[in-house]
Amino acid sequence: MNLLIKNGRIVDPVNHVDQVADLLIADGKVRQIAQEIPVTPDAEAIDATGQWVVPGLIDVHTHLREPGFEYKETIRTGTMAAAAGGFTTICCMPNTKPVNDSQAVTEFILRKAATEGMVNVLPVGAITKGCQGEEITEMGDLREAGCIAVSDDGRPVMNSAVMRRAMEYASMFHLPVISHCEDTNLAEEGVMNEGRVSTELGLRGIPNASEDVMAARDIELAALTNAHLHIAHVSTQGSVELIRRAKEEGIRVTAETCPHYLVLTDEAVTGYNTNTKIKPPLRTLKDVEAVRKGLREGVIDVIATDHAPHAQVEKEMEFDSAPFGITGLETAVAIALQLVDEGVLTVNEMVLKMSGKPAKLLNIDRGHLSVGAVADITVIDPRATWVVDPPQLKSRGKNTPFEGWKMKGRVTHTIVGGKVVYKG
Amino acid sequence: MELKRKDLLDIKGLDQEEIQLILDTAESFKEVTGREIKKVPTLRGKTVVNLFFEPSTRTRTSFEIAAKRLSADVINFSVSGSSVSKGETLLDTARNIEAMRADFIIIRHPASGAPHILARNLRSSVINAGDGLHEHPTQALLDMFTIRERKGKIEGLTVAIIGDIAHSRVARSNIYGLTRMGARVRVAGPPALIPAEVETLGVSVFYDMEEALSGADVIMVLRIQLERQGKNYFPTLREFARLYCLTQERAGHAKGDAMIMHPGPVNRGIEISPEVADGLSSVILEQVTNGVAVRMAVLYLLSGSGEI
Amino acid sequence: MSEKVIMDPLGIGRALSRISHEIIERNKGTEGLVLVGIRTCGIHLARRISEKIKEIEKSEVPVGILDITLYRDDLLTKKGHPAVRKTDIPFDLVGTVVVLVDDVLYTGRTIRAAMDELMDFGRPAMIQLAVLIDRGHRELPIRADYVGKGVPTSKTAVIKVLLSEEGTEDRVILRED
Repeated sequence: MNLLIKNGRIVDPVNHVDQVADLLIADGKVRQIAQEIPVTPDAEAIDATGQWVVPGLIDVHTHLREPGFEYKETIRTGTMAAAAGGFTTICCMPNTKPVNDSQAVTEFILRKAATEGMVNVLPVGAITKGCQGEEITEMGDLREAGCIAVSDDGRPVMNSAVMRRAMEYASMFHLPVISHCEDTNLAEEGVMNEGRVSTELGLRGIPNASEDVMAARDIELAALTNAHLHIAHVSTQGSVELIRRAKEEGIRVTAETCPHYLVLTDEAVTGYNTNTKIKPPLRTLKDVEAVRKGLREGVIDVIATDHAPHAQVEKEMEFDSAPFGITGLETAVAIALQLVDEGVLTVNEMVLKMSGKPAKLLNIDRGHLSVGAVADITVIDPRATWVVDPPQLKSRGKNTPFEGWKMKGRVTHTIVGGKVVYKG
Repeated sequence: MELKRKDLLDIKGLDQEEIQLILDTAESFKEVTGREIKKVPTLRGKTVVNLFFEPSTRTRTSFEIAAKRLSADVINFSVSGSSVSKGETLLDTARNIEAMRADFIIIRHPASGAPHILARNLRSSVINAGDGLHEHPTQALLDMFTIRERKGKIEGLTVAIIGDIAHSRVARSNIYGLTRMGARVRVAGPPALIPAEVETLGVSVFYDMEEALSGADVIMVLRIQLERQGKNYFPTLREFARLYCLTQERAGHAKGDAMIMHPGPVNRGIEISPEVADGLSSVILEQVTNGVAVRMAVLYLLSGSGEI
Repeated sequence: MSEKVIMDPLGIGRALSRISHEIIERNKGTEGLVLVGIRTCGIHLARRISEKIKEIEKSEVPVGILDITLYRDDLLTKKGHPAVRKTDIPFDLVGTVVVLVDDVLYTGRTIRAAMDELMDFGRPAMIQLAVLIDRGHRELPIRADYVGKGVPTSKTAVIKVLLSEEGTEDRVILRED
């Protein structure tokens, strides 16, 4: 069955397309984009009047938790959440149990994703065995099994020499090295941003410097090794400036930030809501403004979710004991649209940072709607309003800081390889 | 005027009138504690649970005496370790206690914000008896009571708080309370023990102790936790004492009638010298006495909130 | 709604004089006698009675102050607690004859609380009760030994005792709906 998306605003920044038109999908590929494509009996029509038809969104930073933490999330529920959030491709981080540091784990994930997944899953392999920061993984094997990048997300490689060797080795396989920039010694036992609010709440602080010094180190190592460094979840003014300078100097660095670093500050922690406990922590308004500016000016290439589901029982703890992480797949589009509404990004920039740019960074042929391209497509109603109600989220993790927020903009259709996998 | 709240979680959320009310009420209760029979029937039939996740004989006993003098039944629960190590969540523990019909839960917990979890989820009145590095509201109330009793007022006084400000819930509660009541508050200690951006709470920061003490009406010395050694907040207790121990000579920089306070227990010779701790200006034992009256006042006022 | 003055300054003065005489007569002098006023009006009345007794007998009868708030029986059922103020009994009660003084005797619950509190301060030889107004509707087996004026009232009526110590003219007002 073919699919015909009628009358939507087609936004395809890679091809510089932004027009109201019809889009025909046949055999899982984009067949034709034109005004008034007639409805035929062999095509199911989707009326997209007033909606945006964009390349399927790509999240370069997701935690699917399987294997090992199925009580938090599974490949099934995580990809359902992705589909509901408009993501057609997601990259799952390796901090599972066991860690994805071998072909066996990568293959397990891909097999599960093929049978139970709703969207494309691209595994990120570990930089070091067990994410222990000591011995680098067999990245050749990982690449061959299907890993598209390496990262020790959540447990940064503290030893600079190990990081150097990892970058050198990864560059041989054209694997981007995704760095969670955090000096864990500086972060100590911190649970939130260090500043006025941490002082008021009596919570141990994590200074901006813990992110900045690692961003600086990794940028220097990227310069040294000529590896592709991708800096994950940028949260500070300092690291934005470091990345800006590195890019000006021609160092191979890309960067992502997450919706929450664009709309929340450490004030959100007041009241000890553990669904605001994340790493890096929510920072101050000054940082939010710098990250927004960096995003607008292209210093930050990508909006990623860092979707990190946890079980309710884990988050119902004392703030100090609760795990770091919040979910994000199902709220990302609405938050990104808020930025469009506030004039931080244009519609085209938003779409580019959530599809074209991530595809480019991962070296995959996705993120555009050229004729003949795989039909991974997201349809968004930018005017639909809804309220975030955690029990209604598809993700097993209900740990969103946006509970009760009135959102504008919602995914109506998510299409993967020409098949509708989600209908809002 | 009455206290319109179910819980006492922090001083930050109290306005001037509420603090005034608690202190005034505590004055009446201090009279009660001076009677031959120190017990009144006010909270007869009410159950007060002391839920302590950290050892603290002093605060627990003070609450226990306060509750008993109001004729409430008191049950002490001491739990060692956090909920994680027990495998039962804090909320489970608290719900179990509430199911036994506790009217008041007095909680001491190593994690900041733990009392807030209880307050949000339980019908019982929750009183924070110290949470992590956050607040210890009844300690600040008894400190303010003691200052007001001695000095006749709080407004306009200069109060110097000395030592480990960063890890002190007593300091935080006092900073909120004293500044709200119109005192000028100074904090002094080595930089690593001064919390980030503490000036935004309306205090001035000193690293030199004598400067901080100069012209002070009240000196509040904090307990230095011996566990802080070896974490590079300061090199050794020896050097800490050399720089920040309140000696007779240093106390001389404050006003002649300055009063000296300490929330206890005292590390003699580390943060305060024995002569000063036992000296005429020291009100350390009065603080303990007043603690009972203040806690009686808090129990009484919360029981009238109509919520329990 | 109607409001009428049922006692004027002169009436209050006469009533207190009579009560003072009765106290002296009943107790055959002032030996071992103490007055305890219940906050707030009872204190003023106790002090006035003490003055009158001094005029008559030339002897000083000490006055104590009782705040019965903490002994009330409705604390746990009522929303919003009354302010607690100090009790001040600056003498030993053991073996004394205590005359409790209050402005209005109504249900008797205040007097019950006052007696309980007094007992916690010591064991008096006897407790007597003096009130300016007795308005009936007792809920406890309590009666006054000395009454300024008995006033039959309905349960919805309000009686207000105003005294010059509180900055107003002496008056007792009865308000009926």
